[in-house]
Amino acid sequence: MNPGLLISTAFGSVGANKLRAGLTLLGIVIGVSSVIAMMAVGRGAQISVTSRISELGTDLITVSPGAQALRFAFFGGGGNSDVLSLEDALSLKDDVFAPDVRLVAPENSFSGSAVVGSESTFVNGVGITAEYLEARNLSIASGRNITNADVENIALVAVLGSEVSETLFGQRNPVGATLKISSREFTVVGVLDSQEGTIFNPDNSILVPINTAHYRLNNGTGLFNSISLGSINVLASSEDTVDDARTDVSTVLRLRHELAADEDDDFLITTQQDTIETLEGTQGTFVILLGSIAGISLLVGGIGVMNIMLVSVTERTREIGIRRAVGAKRRDILFQFVAEAILMTFAGGILGVLAGWAIAYFGNGATVDGDIIETVIETHIAIIALGVSVAVGLFFGIYPAVRAASLNPIEALRHE
Amino acid sequence: MTSGTPTPVIELTNVSREFQLGTHSVRALDGISLTIQLGEMVAIIGPSGSGKSTLMNTLGCLDQPSSGVFVLNGQNVSDLSDNQLAETRSHQLGFVFQSYNLLPRETALSNVELPLKYSGGIKGKDRRAAARAALDRVGLSERYDHRPMQMSGGEQQRVAIARALVRNPELILADEPTGNLDSKSSAEVIEMLRSLNEDDGKTIVVVTHDPEVAEAAKRIIAFRDGQIVEDRPIDHPTDSVTDETNENAE
Repeated sequence: MNPGLLISTAFGSVGANKLRAGLTLLGIVIGVSSVIAMMAVGRGAQISVTSRISELGTDLITVSPGAQALRFAFFGGGGNSDVLSLEDALSLKDDVFAPDVRLVAPENSFSGSAVVGSESTFVNGVGITAEYLEARNLSIASGRNITNADVENIALVAVLGSEVSETLFGQRNPVGATLKISSREFTVVGVLDSQEGTIFNPDNSILVPINTAHYRLNNGTGLFNSISLGSINVLASSEDTVDDARTDVSTVLRLRHELAADEDDDFLITTQQDTIETLEGTQGTFVILLGSIAGISLLVGGIGVMNIMLVSVTERTREIGIRRAVGAKRRDILFQFVAEAILMTFAGGILGVLAGWAIAYFGNGATVDGDIIETVIETHIAIIALGVSVAVGLFFGIYPAVRAASLNPIEALRHE
Repeated sequence: MTSGTPTPVIELTNVSREFQLGTHSVRALDGISLTIQLGEMVAIIGPSGSGKSTLMNTLGCLDQPSSGVFVLNGQNVSDLSDNQLAETRSHQLGFVFQSYNLLPRETALSNVELPLKYSGGIKGKDRRAAARAALDRVGLSERYDHRPMQMSGGEQQRVAIARALVRNPELILADEPTGNLDSKSSAEVIEMLRSLNEDDGKTIVVVTHDPEVAEAAKRIIAFRDGQIVEDRPIDHPTDSVTDETNENAE
């Protein structure tokens, strides 16, 4: 039988029992559409995370204290905070030892309540130098940035995140007004542009000079250059020199910390690329998990196809006998039943792709528990899902088809 | 009888067929030797279980003998592979069954087309033309698009005959073709087979319990216990036994 006849015969047989074919299809439709929808959600999340990180600029390198900061973090610490000093940060501005470092912005942190009149809010603040805004890709909405003169003078000045400004001052322009942070009076010199939607959202933050944070808010002591840092933000001279800059930073810090060749770093250097890779890895696992769950439903759909094909072979034993008696070869029967199985799964695959696409399309931008779901539909996923559905038909159709083809024509003809 | 040198269509030499039933074996055919010439119309009679159906399955290339030689149109069937047997079924013979064995979902035309679909290389247009011609031959020009359920038993059996004819084989095998039919339909089918033999020169082998069918044949072979117990020609000296066929015959 030629392929065209095979397909039209398969259409005839499948179409003869529409309800049954429809229910069998449904299993595949659900499987394929959930693969498409799940992958769209997964990829959407992955891409949005990646793009948020990229907004920070891919030339950003973050140096944190502590060799294995992440491990320490589980025990409540933020790493050994004595390891990075302001002097470490300053030493990274070195044209000889660190030629690929363009900008260094040390930071430390504080927390406390910020009070204006009767309004108050708890804030996680950052102690910064003038370079911080550039390093973090932030901009001033009104007023001015913190200057290095403010840093030297341990000035009681603050730049507010947009949300903090709104909480404490409402619609008023806070520049020039005063507020109290941990009972010390600060003058507001500027307000940041809102960065809503980015991964390190500064909207609920207050920026003060790094020295002020250390001596006035954290009750720190010691010499200016020895104050300990939460981290150092370093910008590479360009996006292409991130790796060189990373090496520079490592070399300088190892020299300064007098580490022997066989000693591990006592600091952690993270590039944006590292962060993206880590998150993409996590998200990738998530996507695979979603895809696997969806794949299982496709498998279940395939078993449904096999089940119905086995029933069909039994019911149509006589038909098989007739076809064999008038000249059908074993392989004609084999191909016929495989074609029917593939027709069902392929049709299910197409409907599933359409349904999954529709779910992803209309689901884009929907909110679940306050999180906006973004979906990204990828053509290759649709093609793969369609291919897999055909493969499912082939895989689950083969066994019933072999059974059909191996029937003895005489016995098949006698079958009632 | 046929003029000129007889051409054997079927040659069975010492053919046996055994079936294994549990621990003991049953000989459905026991050393059959039989020759059927081109243009003969042979009725095979005998009680149930005498081996008639096994013989038909063997002649129809649906079954292979356990021993002995079956030569069909000069070809030793015992040498053929499963695929070659399928091709032989589709090219060299037509089968008519007691229970018609039409595909219930398909129209008469589509049922008759079926053997052509499996023989390959024939265009859809040509297939349908051949199927229409075969249906015309059995007098069903008005029934192309009817499904089996919409037709009488006699019409269904004629569709089955058309299906057997569509590849234009020399040999038609009919297994109890009137077994499910009333007497009027039976008469139609008998007449059809007779006409195919007389007018179209088809070789016809028919297994039957029906004396009227047997009467229409030119030769009767009786079976009992897997063996031929009688093989005799029937003379139709006046052609008066079956009255209405006089005009068609000869």
